[in-house]
Amino acid sequence: MSTVSSVAPRSGRTTELVLVLGAVGIVGLAYVNLGLATTGTVPPGLAALGLGYLGVSLAFHVVLRWRARYADPLLLPIVTLLNGLGLVMIHRVDIARGRDIADGVALRQLMWSALAVAIAAGVLVALRDHRILRRYTYVAGVVGFSLLLLPLLPVIGTSEFGSRIWIRLGPFSFQPGEIAKISLAVFFAGYLVQTRDALSVAGRKILGLTLPRARDLGPILIAWLASLSVLVFERDLGSSLLFFGLFVAMLYVATERVSWIAIGLGLFGAGAYVAYLAFAHVQVRVLLWLHTFSPEALQTSDQLAKGLMGMAAGGMVGTGLGRGRPDLTYLAESDFIIPSFGEELGLVGLFAILVLYALLVERGLRTSLGTRDGFGKLLAAGLSFSLALQCFVVVGGVTRVIPLTGLTAPFLSSGGSSLLANWTLLAILLRISDHARRPLPDDSATSAVGEARTEVVRLS
Amino acid sequence: MNAPVRRLSFLVAGLFAALLVSTTLIQYVFAADLNGRPDNRRTLLATYARERGEILVGQTPIARSVPTDDEFKFQRQYEDADLFAHVTGFYSFYGAVGGLEQSENELLSGSSDKLFYRQISDLFTGRRPQGATVETTLDAAVQKAASDGIGDARGAAVAIDPKTGAILALVSHPSFDPNALAGHDLGKVDANYQALLKKEGSPLVDRAIAGDLYPPGSVFKVVTAAAALSSGQYTADSELPGGASLDLPLTDTDLPNHDNQPCSPTGRITLKQALVVSCNPAFGEAGMQIGADALREQAAKFGFGDAPTIPMRVTPSTVPAELNEPQLAQSSIGQYDVRVTPMQMAMVAAGVANKGVVMQPYLVQSVIGSDLSVIESADPTELSEAVTPEVAATLTDMMVGVVDQGSGVRAQIPGVKVAGKTGTAEHGTGRRAHAWFISFAPADDPKIAVAVVVEDGGTANSETGGGAVAAPIAKAMMEARLSR
Repeated sequence: MSTVSSVAPRSGRTTELVLVLGAVGIVGLAYVNLGLATTGTVPPGLAALGLGYLGVSLAFHVVLRWRARYADPLLLPIVTLLNGLGLVMIHRVDIARGRDIADGVALRQLMWSALAVAIAAGVLVALRDHRILRRYTYVAGVVGFSLLLLPLLPVIGTSEFGSRIWIRLGPFSFQPGEIAKISLAVFFAGYLVQTRDALSVAGRKILGLTLPRARDLGPILIAWLASLSVLVFERDLGSSLLFFGLFVAMLYVATERVSWIAIGLGLFGAGAYVAYLAFAHVQVRVLLWLHTFSPEALQTSDQLAKGLMGMAAGGMVGTGLGRGRPDLTYLAESDFIIPSFGEELGLVGLFAILVLYALLVERGLRTSLGTRDGFGKLLAAGLSFSLALQCFVVVGGVTRVIPLTGLTAPFLSSGGSSLLANWTLLAILLRISDHARRPLPDDSATSAVGEARTEVVRLS
Repeated sequence: MNAPVRRLSFLVAGLFAALLVSTTLIQYVFAADLNGRPDNRRTLLATYARERGEILVGQTPIARSVPTDDEFKFQRQYEDADLFAHVTGFYSFYGAVGGLEQSENELLSGSSDKLFYRQISDLFTGRRPQGATVETTLDAAVQKAASDGIGDARGAAVAIDPKTGAILALVSHPSFDPNALAGHDLGKVDANYQALLKKEGSPLVDRAIAGDLYPPGSVFKVVTAAAALSSGQYTADSELPGGASLDLPLTDTDLPNHDNQPCSPTGRITLKQALVVSCNPAFGEAGMQIGADALREQAAKFGFGDAPTIPMRVTPSTVPAELNEPQLAQSSIGQYDVRVTPMQMAMVAAGVANKGVVMQPYLVQSVIGSDLSVIESADPTELSEAVTPEVAATLTDMMVGVVDQGSGVRAQIPGVKVAGKTGTAEHGTGRRAHAWFISFAPADDPKIAVAVVVEDGGTANSETGGGAVAAPIAKAMMEARLSR
């Protein structure tokens, strides 16, 4: 899996350009389709909005050519397509709810997208080498945990839809958990690279599992307690699952020990079960999940039921953009944007979106495999896995695989914090992949040979 | 660290596979179930968006869909709403509820398989699907006469064409305004619905076919008389005990006559005269003589125990399965646990009128597609032969006596021979009895058979209720039909 070779690899930037143009083209077609279906005319702002979106995407592409020319060429087109489809669907819900473009959610989302791209470009420019992040391991840890628990503070923390995951400063509201995800991934990667030997080697073998020493259990217990406090005090099952899953996955990648997964899952299961017994809101979530259409559940909340009926109305090929009734579902442009897609684009469209996500995660994991330094490897794996887990929690929540939680679909859902965080995450992934795919300077040829030899006796 | 990353990617693949499965389950496997849920607003909106067929009485629509400017595209409107509320039912956010709206929903909405070819052509031509028109058998004049007659009282009336089974009137009071339940303002509709649910007199209940069953009282004596005549043990002139009361075996109680007076000065009375004056002791005795099985069988031949669909489902009327002798005697005069719908009693009258043959009652004359093709047309069918033509003739003669000179004189129509029977059904001590009347006319060539019940319309221990309160309503209905 090593990308080391003496021949300069193709950067793939041209491929990326073509794919980005294709992605923007698809988004433009979707926008025209929506306009024709709802008003019968081509949307008046098509040229301005389309060119604007194209400009933003191309600007980012140029930054990649300039600062990360060996970065994975698939990541940007996928995200461009997802973000653009999200914009179209948010605009579609605006139309259904009778909101103009001026006071609609879509315009705000478009501005957030531009800002998110700018910040992501900034990260790519400023962060010349991802390994610099390792220096800030503990800073990232403190920032991550603080952000995670920030909404619990009085005055600035606010509750919305039953979850206390927002902070509000004047007119601005923000979901710090989204940024915390990246911070914590950096912290875990740095911390685990440093301590992986102790964590992976020491311990006693009991029943085939090598159990860690008590003092090494510290980090997992801290992560467990923090995730439980998010679950209990912020009433946010999704973030709790995401954050703890991220930690356990990275721990496993670092140590290669299944016992960590067993302990992690055991702890999470126990914590979730105790939370179920102790807290009414968790019980409500479980009731809504298992008995969505029971009268008791419908009395509490029919949002999940409405989302399911929306998806069913779409069927295999969907009603077509602009021809369904996604506005009958609450939060059709944020938490329930997946059912909105399911209704209007059908199972086929939803599969396409899921495949885009899967491809994105797969490219991230591939980056992890190709990266030579342990920190980058862990960080890329962690960030990719967090995307996968977030997709699973969101889509699984609205399709009754797991209880519904309030996470956003990455790049699709409306929400500024989510966009900023995910574009930044993408920038870091691009930076690592640039590093992974960059040909080595000539003087490191000997080390490349050594690296290649270890790959000959691959363990997997 | 590459090995665990690879394994992690298998886990990721598993997670995405789970999502592919769950979305497939929802959008493909269970989609039809979810779309068919009654609380599915999308499905409702989709059905609102197609033009629902009309319901006609004669050539006049009593329910039709008019275009609107809102998202629902069409609004259901009911003409003469109070008069036909229980016939039409209503079409609301809850779907089609009650009446023809519910039972003919598939045809009215245009989703019936019977409209299959039409749907195929709609698919290709892009024509907006349209529901079929349902033409009822109702006679507006008879319906109105019944409704006016019952007025503010609680009760029901049913009229049938005895020769075909076509339902000419189907009235239940109190009534309601289906327009109040068919609006597009969910809050208002819901408030109206809740108010109707709580309203005294339960206006949403269709007393004619699906309310709480009524005790029939003396109108049931027609069934007892039919059983007696059919048994061969009795003729119209057979003599029966006609005292002020009948001593019942096994008990200390008696079966008194309704006014506690002897039915005849001699203490004996013919079967015909017993029907004319509605003599309880005579019918109690006749019932005990022929036995419970014969009585039950006779009732079943008139349709008791069946749940016909007209196309609305009619609650089956019942004669208890186990009867000891005193209970049998009481059942024979329509008390104890005999329970009927007004529809059932109209069928009894119609069966006698139609020379003993009971026709299957029906409310839909024809169903017409939006291209004016006839999709369904009523085909009168025989339900059973309840009595022989001879017995029917005798019963008719006896029932004519009731109207000519007995308890039913207020149903007399000048120049027309009317057959009828009064009933005053007790339903608990201290409460006013239900007033009943069943009849048909003209007796020699019946055009209409009627059953009327007015709740609490009679006085206890008096046969005057049925004759005084219900008979005039039946008379008005028969007149409305005969003057056509």
